[in-house]
Amino acid sequence: MKILVPITKVPDTTSKIAFADNNTKFNSDGVTFIMNPTDEWYALTRAVELKEANAGSEVVVINVGAADNEQIIRKALAIGADRAVRVDANPTDAFFVASQIAAYAQTENFDLVITGKETIDFNSFQVGGMVAELLDWQAVGLVNKLEVAGTTATLTREIEGGTETVETSLPLVVGATKDLAQARIPNMKGIMGARTKAIQVVPVTAVESRTEITSFTLPEKAKQVKLVSPDNVGELVRLLHEEAKVI
Amino acid sequence: MAILTFVEVSEGKIKKASLEAAAYSSKIAETSGAESVAVVLGEASADEVSSLGKVGVKVVYHAADARFNTFNSKVYSKAIAEAADKASAELVVLSFNQNGKFLGPRIAVRLSAGYIPGASELPVLEGGKLSAKKNVFSGKASATYQIVTAKKVVALTPNSFPIVKGEGTATVEAFSPSVSDADFGVKVKSVDKVTGTIPLTEAEVVVSGGRGLKGPENWWMIEDLAKEMGAATACSRPVADVDWRPHHEHVGQTGITVRPNLYIAVGISGAIQHLAGVNQSKVIVVINNDPEAPFFKAADYGIVGDAFEVMPKLIEEYKKFKAAH
Ligand SMILES: Cc1cc2nc3c(=O)[nH]c(=O)nc-3n(C[C@H](O)[C@H](O)[C@H](O)COP(=O)(O)OP(=O)(O)OC[C@H]3O[C@@H](n4cnc5c(N)ncnc54)[C@H](O)[C@@H]3O)c2cc1C
Repeated sequence: MKILVPITKVPDTTSKIAFADNNTKFNSDGVTFIMNPTDEWYALTRAVELKEANAGSEVVVINVGAADNEQIIRKALAIGADRAVRVDANPTDAFFVASQIAAYAQTENFDLVITGKETIDFNSFQVGGMVAELLDWQAVGLVNKLEVAGTTATLTREIEGGTETVETSLPLVVGATKDLAQARIPNMKGIMGARTKAIQVVPVTAVESRTEITSFTLPEKAKQVKLVSPDNVGELVRLLHEEAKVI
Repeated sequence: MAILTFVEVSEGKIKKASLEAAAYSSKIAETSGAESVAVVLGEASADEVSSLGKVGVKVVYHAADARFNTFNSKVYSKAIAEAADKASAELVVLSFNQNGKFLGPRIAVRLSAGYIPGASELPVLEGGKLSAKKNVFSGKASATYQIVTAKKVVALTPNSFPIVKGEGTATVEAFSPSVSDADFGVKVKSVDKVTGTIPLTEAEVVVSGGRGLKGPENWWMIEDLAKEMGAATACSRPVADVDWRPHHEHVGQTGITVRPNLYIAVGISGAIQHLAGVNQSKVIVVINNDPEAPFFKAADYGIVGDAFEVMPKLIEEYKKFKAAH
């Protein structure tokens, strides 16, 4: 089985969010970047688990970004990916990124592409679906269980108020969410091994972006909480009805 | 021009999130002189489908084909793109709900359209471009996205646009998209759904509990209040991790994002990863015995007190309020 896992770099969850250039750009000063959590914990880790359970399999990670993304790529290799591909470009929008990934995917025979459900920066859930459409493959999103037997995949996905178990065949794009795998911390052997694994740099495929971000806004200043005494709980109900008008 | 809304049905009923999307499209249609058209895939009664007229939809293309009764992003994308061509739609709108999140990007690629995932406000149309705001950085900021292509796809965040129902019935046209059996190919084996409760993502009120409740045996406080209020129940991540509550109730960065009118948090500290999933709620109430709990900084109303004393009182007070209104 050959599995492709797209990975991306995002600001650490606890980062202070600020903007530059008249609120048109994210201000990365002093921000620590990490591998997008759902890419790392669920997509990549499940890919590595599947590889371990199926002899002769291979896991390839792909990142669209500049050379300084190599830090997260090395981490992915330390977790257990066999090799990595970096498309040397500054991503302009999700369609651009998806086009690079799909173009690379077409150069090899992959059975699975596993993406994280969303990135924690733009929260847009775009890349997996776009790659699937570009490849004209089946895709299942918000997946928390994935088993593969031969060319049949059995998956459990989140739906409103529950889960649904579906069966389909490879090739397939999977959008990974919580519980798909047990996150791993790279061990010394993995970290040492990652140093010698190959990162292949491939040139960009020309595509026009279809969207742009014209400005960012921060929320108005912090809310001022109105406290109600625990001895006067009825007052809370009154405020929710008369002032907040939500009940 | 036309605006096409993809309206999802589940067991023959229109999903609330889709009704919001249709109302959103009709509003844009009204201000831009376009026609509001919808497409429905799967079996549903003629009454149900034509009732989209109440939210301003003029024409519905209905593929009443049982093969569409279960969701499949590939074949849905094909069928919706075909409907968009049939209507000469410049804009396709759908809900940014569980299915929509994977479907929106597919439709956009198929139509060579730019795509805004999770718009939270009405768009601005100007000089052939469309701009709309969406939340970014897990609710810590918002961004204005602009689509520069001729065709456009927008997925609307659930519970961000009100449904105002008027009079009217939509004309229903039978629709048979040219898809083959091979395009289907995702078989549903089983569904595990809590019935009789409100889905978390559609709820207007959510009552949520955290580790402060000490154990699953105390969840009656959350459930009773939720039942009285017609609310959905949710929980923090550690609560789901130790199986006090099912995983599909877990909200936050790694769980579900909710956007109710009212979010009541009981015994939850308000960690940044929890807030990421709830900070778009319109009104937040926090009940916590620690006045320093970070959640109070994100709350509109708060009670510093022991949940075990406050919750029974709140349930009683709410019952009294309900009886009087
Ligand atoms: C990468 C990452 C992702 C994460 N994703 C999520 C996520 O998606 N969702 C999520 O929820 N968490 C997430 N977490 C965990 C998060 O950081 C917090 O640990 C978690 O939200 C805390 O849950 P809690 O508030 O229920 O428990 P605690 O932090 O233990 O808080 C319990 C609260 O209850 C109060 N309390 C105690 N007794 C009472 C009483 N008798 N009456 C009233 N109040 C009482 C306490 O004062 C305290 O504030 C994530 C963490 C990481 C590192």
